[in-house]
Amino acid sequence: MNMKRRVFLKGALASGTVALALGAGIVTPRAVLAAWPKSAFEAKSVADALGALYGAGDAAASGDIEIKAPDIAENGAVVPVSVTAKMSGVESISIFAEGNNSPLTSNWKLGAGAEPYVSTRIKMAKTSNVIAVVQANGKTFQAAKEVKVTIGGCGG
Amino acid sequence: MANSIKMRASLSGDVTTVKALMKHPMETGLRKDKKTGETIPAHFIQEVVCEHNGKQVMLAEWGGSISQNPYISFMFKGAKAGDTLKLSWTDNKGESDSAEEAVK
Repeated sequence: MNMKRRVFLKGALASGTVALALGAGIVTPRAVLAAWPKSAFEAKSVADALGALYGAGDAAASGDIEIKAPDIAENGAVVPVSVTAKMSGVESISIFAEGNNSPLTSNWKLGAGAEPYVSTRIKMAKTSNVIAVVQANGKTFQAAKEVKVTIGGCGG
Repeated sequence: MANSIKMRASLSGDVTTVKALMKHPMETGLRKDKKTGETIPAHFIQEVVCEHNGKQVMLAEWGGSISQNPYISFMFKGAKAGDTLKLSWTDNKGESDSAEEAVK
């Protein structure tokens, strides 16, 4: 009788702890980042990522997007990239490294008052195009610039 | 993860230029540990938000292919000297940090 009571208590305690740990592990990150476009970041090609982000796999080429990046990057782990769009009504800017396993590096949503300019540093696995996609007034535009990479920066 | 953000916001004319550095390993999840050969689990910032007077001016969604200790820079209009800018990030493990800085 006494033994059974001991076992029951132990069991109840153990399952309670497990449920608590599971709940904490699963619920917190999901709740915070419900909007993060997982499928776009996991896409293996630029077209797939574009489709997941904007619903269309293609964007019109535009001369009004300026990409500043080095012609030759010695270290692919740190490639400085700046994108400036010279059009009005820019809503978002996405930066792709075409040769990466998952090409989408970042997607920048501009709020009210933000200028159509972003600058950051990305990792590039190999020599390829850096593609900037700009969404303005509901339309998507793109421009590309080739960056030669001598040492890849994505490990592997 | 306190004080992982360094931020500057400088006003020139009516445009504020924000530059920020964050301390973060930004692991892609593809890299292998050279000694053990085991894959290092992904650990990267997924979202960076910048707010000016409580209004969102920029939201960046990132994958693992942003460089380690990320640097960002962007510009926006409508801030005055002395206004407070808040920058915060959240990573794929649910960790987060934020910093506030006055516009100069």
